[in-house]
Amino acid sequence: MKKLMLGNEAVARGCFEAGVRLVSSYPGTPSTEITETIVKYDDIYCEWAPNEKVAAETAIGASIAGARSMACMKHVGLNVMADPLFTVSYTGVNGGLVFAVADDPGMHSSQNEQDSRHYAKAAKILMLEPSDSMEAKAFTKKAFELSEKYDVPVILRLSTRVSHSQSLVEIEERENIELKPYIKDSSKYVMMPGNAIKRHKIVEEREKALKEYVESTELNVIECNNSKIGVITSGISYLYAHEALGNQVNYFKLGVAYPLPIESIRNFTKGLEKVFVIEELDPFIEEHCKMNGIDVIGKDVFTLLYEYTPQMIKKAVLGIEPPSHFELDEAIPNRPPVMCAGCPHRGTFYVLKKLGLTVSGDIGCYTLGATRPIEAVDTVICMGASIGAAHGMAKVRGSEFNEKLVAVIGDSTFVHSGITGLIDVVYNKGITTVIILDNSITGMTGHQDNPTTGYTIRKEETKQLNLITLAKSIGIENISVVDPFDLINLEKVIKEEVKKCEPSLIIASRPCALLKTVKYTGHAVITDKCKKCKKCLGLGCPAISNKNGLIVIDKNQCNGCSLCLNVCPFKAISKVEE
Amino acid sequence: MNKSIMIVGVGGQGTLLASRILGNLAISLGYDVKVSEVHGMSQRGGSVTTYCKYGDKIYSPLIDKGEADIILAFEALEAYRALPYLKKDTGVMVINITEIDPMPVITGQMEYPKDIIKKIKEKAKVIELDSTKIASELGNPRCANVVLIGAFAKNLDIPYENWIEVIKNTVPNKFIELNINAFERGINS
Repeated sequence: MKKLMLGNEAVARGCFEAGVRLVSSYPGTPSTEITETIVKYDDIYCEWAPNEKVAAETAIGASIAGARSMACMKHVGLNVMADPLFTVSYTGVNGGLVFAVADDPGMHSSQNEQDSRHYAKAAKILMLEPSDSMEAKAFTKKAFELSEKYDVPVILRLSTRVSHSQSLVEIEERENIELKPYIKDSSKYVMMPGNAIKRHKIVEEREKALKEYVESTELNVIECNNSKIGVITSGISYLYAHEALGNQVNYFKLGVAYPLPIESIRNFTKGLEKVFVIEELDPFIEEHCKMNGIDVIGKDVFTLLYEYTPQMIKKAVLGIEPPSHFELDEAIPNRPPVMCAGCPHRGTFYVLKKLGLTVSGDIGCYTLGATRPIEAVDTVICMGASIGAAHGMAKVRGSEFNEKLVAVIGDSTFVHSGITGLIDVVYNKGITTVIILDNSITGMTGHQDNPTTGYTIRKEETKQLNLITLAKSIGIENISVVDPFDLINLEKVIKEEVKKCEPSLIIASRPCALLKTVKYTGHAVITDKCKKCKKCLGLGCPAISNKNGLIVIDKNQCNGCSLCLNVCPFKAISKVEE
Repeated sequence: MNKSIMIVGVGGQGTLLASRILGNLAISLGYDVKVSEVHGMSQRGGSVTTYCKYGDKIYSPLIDKGEADIILAFEALEAYRALPYLKKDTGVMVINITEIDPMPVITGQMEYPKDIIKKIKEKAKVIELDSTKIASELGNPRCANVVLIGAFAKNLDIPYENWIEVIKNTVPNKFIELNINAFERGINS
């Protein structure tokens, strides 16, 4: 049976068919739907871990215990799990071990555009790279097989367009894979110097074996069209290249992103007049070719930036201009993402902006607090960075600066990697005020449960992480819980806490407006008391706009959260129940 | 024969569901299909674009400028923004004429362009309707996406039953009736 599936759904199906027993992940666009699909397979234990490092370690443990297992994450999550990655390369696996990692060329939903292929090379492990959903499933299964055969963890490299494109997939049955016996073997699994010294040698031998394997694997495919032009490519770029160039060139499609073959590339290029390497982001294949004396054209004609398109490739390889298209005769406003109507973060950012504070921000929906018209956020680096960064700012600029400084971080992000930052503040006598924007869910990636929600990925009730008890045990003495829509109280609390020469934690607690359990009713309307002061427009609510000088609220967009009622100085906004 | 359909709108308007309906329809007709979706930050009220391509064999899931046979636009400004992607001469735009102000308009940096539909019509073939209004009449503005699909469907030679079957198989159970009503309002518009 053939089914239309997202690349991510196909990876999940591949896990199911490969007899995988455990999947542990942290959500991150564009990888999230792999694990959300795994939930549908009762035969697989799955979980949201607090972060990617824990997810990877859980999968590593399951592998050592004899099960096929996987951890899934976005590219920046791979940075978080880099520590176990480099050492599990040394230990190798017992049950097959695969890490699904999704890069985001074009940064549709990410803070950087890193090319994760470098990790496979640096950690000396195998990396496979599918082009579409059918391959995503097949390569997932193959990855488990190769992981066990070569005693190597495997990265399955995805990218946004592979993860989030649907194409047809042939569904197969689940293989019955028994747990492998668990045998205590400290020389393999205890990585202290005496053992690691021996394992490194094995890693290098394995690397040689993998380099031999990639010269003959069916995952690397040559497609000969009797052309004098050759194209070496992989992943989504192969599909772009094929769309653009059709049968006019010969293709070497690399299904293995690392290690790369040498001899088979050399053979492929023999007799060709020109060979192009088409790869998004870094010149990974290109440098490999050039280092081995194979003459190829790569980043001389292709950009290092963003996503590629078939038209771009057609122009670069065949010199064919794109089709003519309509032009717009005027500049039109762009439409950046915004915080939703009813977003609980809006209240917090409104107050932070009003107080003119320096805001050390973090990763989540609330990163949008940096955009117009709110523009309250000063820095955003990576998951969990807000607290450490604020602590560093306060240490060098002193208490006067600190009175105008806060860190803001979401509940899920705080658990992911903010807790250690907070411990640092307390332990090293910092004075930073931290605001946890607790919206009771992992928001940006589409509502995943986390340790603060009290539910597992399968919606089973579990122990709920209590942020107050946690903060107390760290040693924070100033803890307040506020409603971010109670603007008067929120302002009062923030003003008090930033003045203190001690660390403070403010928990701004109100659930995400998109949660099904949140039931706002009615909608707000502007009455004739409106003096057009435009204060409500400063909230940056997508439901409130200025129509030819008249302030109006779009009832289709307004969800009745009533925050704007608290902002209007003339009581000119009222609520209408339907 | 390859067909390229582009769906544009504002995050939250249901472009994802619309592209899945079209993808499943193309499969039911026996074609190779690729549907490209958008998730994550860009979904939060920003411009969203999804693609559905079908035919004998589809490689790239993307549609570039001058390549779309049909553009389904869920909002007027997004229709205008997508115009360069429409195939010159043969391309058709199906537009929900509803206007949603983007943040640069809300904050007063820019104005919402005037007479968008008229300007697009000067260049391309347009089917226009207020599907948000129709959907609101049905009691749920969220089904404006399927109303628009109905308006698109009446211009195609695909049997009514195929559409209904695909809608039933794609939307959540409790919304099947609403969406079939929405589709019919679109097809009769």
